[in-house]
Amino acid sequence: MATDPTKLSMAQALNRALRDAMAEDGSVYVFGEDVGPLGGVFRITDGLTAEFGENRCFDTPLAESGIVGMAVGMAMNGMRPVVEMQFDAFAYPAFEQIVSHVAKTRNRTRGRVGLPIVIRVPYAGGIGGVEHHCDSSEAYYAHTPGLTVVTPSTPHDAYHLLRESIASDDPVVFMEPKKLYWGKDEVDPASPAPGIGRAVVRRPGTDATLIAYGPAVSTALEAADAAAQEGRSLQVVDVRSLVPFDDETVCEAVRSTGRAVVVAEASGYASVASEIVARVTERCFHSLAAPVRRVTGFDIPFPPPKLERFQLPGVDRVLDAVDDLQWEDQ
Amino acid sequence: MADAQDLLPSEQPVRLLDETGRPVAGAALPFPTADRLLAAYASLVVGRRVNDQAGALVRQGRLAVYPSSHGQEACQTGAALALAEGDWLFPTYRDTAAVVARGVDPVEVLTLLKGDWHAGYDPYEHRVAPQATPLATQLLHAVGLAHAARLRGEDTVAMAMCGDGATSEGDFHEALNFAAVFKAPVVFFVQNNEYAISVPLARQSAAPSLAHKGVGYGVNAERVDGNDTPAVLAVLDRAVAAARAGEGPQLVEAHTYRMQAHTNADDATRYRSDEEVGPWVARDPLLRMEAYLKRKRLLTKARRTEFAERAEAVAAAMREGVSRDAEPDPSELFAHVFSTPTPQLREQAAFLADELSREGS
Repeated sequence: MATDPTKLSMAQALNRALRDAMAEDGSVYVFGEDVGPLGGVFRITDGLTAEFGENRCFDTPLAESGIVGMAVGMAMNGMRPVVEMQFDAFAYPAFEQIVSHVAKTRNRTRGRVGLPIVIRVPYAGGIGGVEHHCDSSEAYYAHTPGLTVVTPSTPHDAYHLLRESIASDDPVVFMEPKKLYWGKDEVDPASPAPGIGRAVVRRPGTDATLIAYGPAVSTALEAADAAAQEGRSLQVVDVRSLVPFDDETVCEAVRSTGRAVVVAEASGYASVASEIVARVTERCFHSLAAPVRRVTGFDIPFPPPKLERFQLPGVDRVLDAVDDLQWEDQ
Repeated sequence: MADAQDLLPSEQPVRLLDETGRPVAGAALPFPTADRLLAAYASLVVGRRVNDQAGALVRQGRLAVYPSSHGQEACQTGAALALAEGDWLFPTYRDTAAVVARGVDPVEVLTLLKGDWHAGYDPYEHRVAPQATPLATQLLHAVGLAHAARLRGEDTVAMAMCGDGATSEGDFHEALNFAAVFKAPVVFFVQNNEYAISVPLARQSAAPSLAHKGVGYGVNAERVDGNDTPAVLAVLDRAVAAARAGEGPQLVEAHTYRMQAHTNADDATRYRSDEEVGPWVARDPLLRMEAYLKRKRLLTKARRTEFAERAEAVAAAMREGVSRDAEPDPSELFAHVFSTPTPQLREQAAFLADELSREGS
C-alpha cells in the first residue's frame, strides 16, 4: 500500500481502494458488467483482472439482478463481493434483490447471516449523459432499512470510504458522483478520513450553513466562494454518509450559524434533502433564525443533456436561497 | 458448446414406479438401494405428518398460514436426501417438509408462520438458506454460494428449489444463465405442481415442458414423475453427482400436483374441479411407495409402526413448540438491522423501551 500522499482523480482513488482491499483481503471479489479486461466504463476497475486474475475480478452476464443476487450467495459463503452497477438507472433491475435480500437478510436471520456486500453505483448528472444515465437514486436506498448509504465528494474520501465500505460487515450502497470522477486532489491512503456515519465541515463559515452531499458539495463550495466575495461567510457541511446520518455534526454546524440551506441534485419531493431539513428543524428549531431552505432538482425526470443545466442546483440558486434566509429580521 | 440434443430432457418424465407402485419396464435409471428407499419412505411419512399437523395448527389459530406440500412429499424428501452434509438447500415457503427432512427442527422452521420472527433457524447449522418468499430470488443466491465454493476448490452443491410459477420470474432465467456461464454446481429443482395460486401452468409457459427451458441456457435438463419417490431420488442423485463432478448446473422438473389450496386463505374450488383433483389422489407418493416396499417385502409391520411413531413424535413436538406462548421481545426489532445499531436506531429503540415501560407502569 502506497503511503505517500499523491494527487489522484476520484476514479483513480476508487481504483486504488479496490486494489489495496483485494491485495489485503483474499475474500474481496469484484464483478459486474465490463469490469474485467475493459476496466469498467469509467475505468474504476482498471487493471484488477490483470493483477488479481479473472477469478477475483470478472465480467458477468448483463443482468443486474443476477449480479446482486449472486453477490448475496457469495457473501453467505464467506466472501466480500464488490459489485458495480454500470449506471444509476441500470441498477433498477437489481432493486428487488437489494431491498428484499441485501437489506433484510441480517435482520431476517436474527443476525446469523450478515452480507458484507458493496454495491457501487455511479450516479447523478452533470456529465451530459443521455436518459437513464443521470439519475439521483440515493433516496430509494436511504429509505430502505438495513442499507448503509455513502457518497464521497473528494478523492481522499472516495478512497477511505470505499475501503471502509468493503471492510464493513453490513451491505453498503456506495454512490459515486460521476461528475467528480475526473477532478484530482490529494489522497493519502495512510491517513484515514472520518468513518462511515460521519459528516465533515468542508469549509468554515459563520453566517449560514450549506449542507450538501456527493455532486452538490462542489456546487456548495463554489457558492461559498462567491458569497465570500460579497462579504457573506458560508459554512459547508459534506454529509458523506446518508445512512447512518451524522445528526451531531450537521446540527452543531447549523446551530453555529442559525441559518441553513440543503443543497442536493435529486428531485426534492420525498428526498434525502427533505429528511435533512426535517431532522435539522426538529433538533435545532430554537437556534434557527429562518426556515431551513432546500435547493434541489425539480420534480421532473432527469432532462436531456441540453436542458440539464436547468435541473442541476447551481451557484446562483444556492445564493438566492441564502438571500431568502430572512436576513432583514436580524 | 454443448450439443442441444444432449441437454434436452427425456420425452416423458422419468419413472421407476407406475401408479400402482409396480416397477416400470425398461426404466432409464437404476433403483436407489433398499436402505435409501426405506430412509426416503420414513422421510415421506414425516413430511406428510408435518404438512397435516401444520394445517391443523393453522385451523387452531396457532399458525398464521401454511403453504402445504401435501402430495409433493416425494420431491421434498428427494431434495433433502440427494444432498451431502456439506451441500446447501435453498428452499421456498412451500418446502417446509424438505427443510425438516434436512434436519432442521420443525418448530424453528415454523417461526415465520407462527409470526415470532422471519427465519427461525440458523442457516449455517444445517446449510439451509432461509425459506424464500419472493419467487426465484433465492436461485441466484444458490448460484453465488455454489460459485464461491467452487472458487475455493470445495465440492459443495447447492440445491435450488422453486415452483412452476417462479419459472416466469426474471431471476429464474438470470440464475440459469449465470450458473451455466460460471459452471456453478447448482441443481435447479422445479416442482411443477400445476398451479401458481390460481393460475394454471398453461398461463405460465408455452414451452414443451419447464425442463425444456434448460437448453436455452446450455443447462442439462431432466424431467421426472414427481410422485414417484425412487425416480425423484435417482434423477436428483444423478443431477447432484453431475454438478459435483464439474459438469455445470442441472435443471430437474418434477411433475407433481398441489393437492391442497395455495394456503388456508385460498379457495381452490374457484379455479379447479374435483374431477381434475380426483386422479391425483390415486397418484399419492406415499401410497405408491408403500405398495412398492410391501411388494418387495422391505416394509415390515414393525418398521411401519416405527416410522409412524417417529412421525407422531415430530407432530407432538410441533404442537408443543408452536403452542408455547413465548412473546417475542420487541427490543430485538432494532438489534439485527445492522451489525451495530445506528445512532438513529438506538434512539428509536430507547423510544420504544420508554413507551413500553410507561405502558407497564
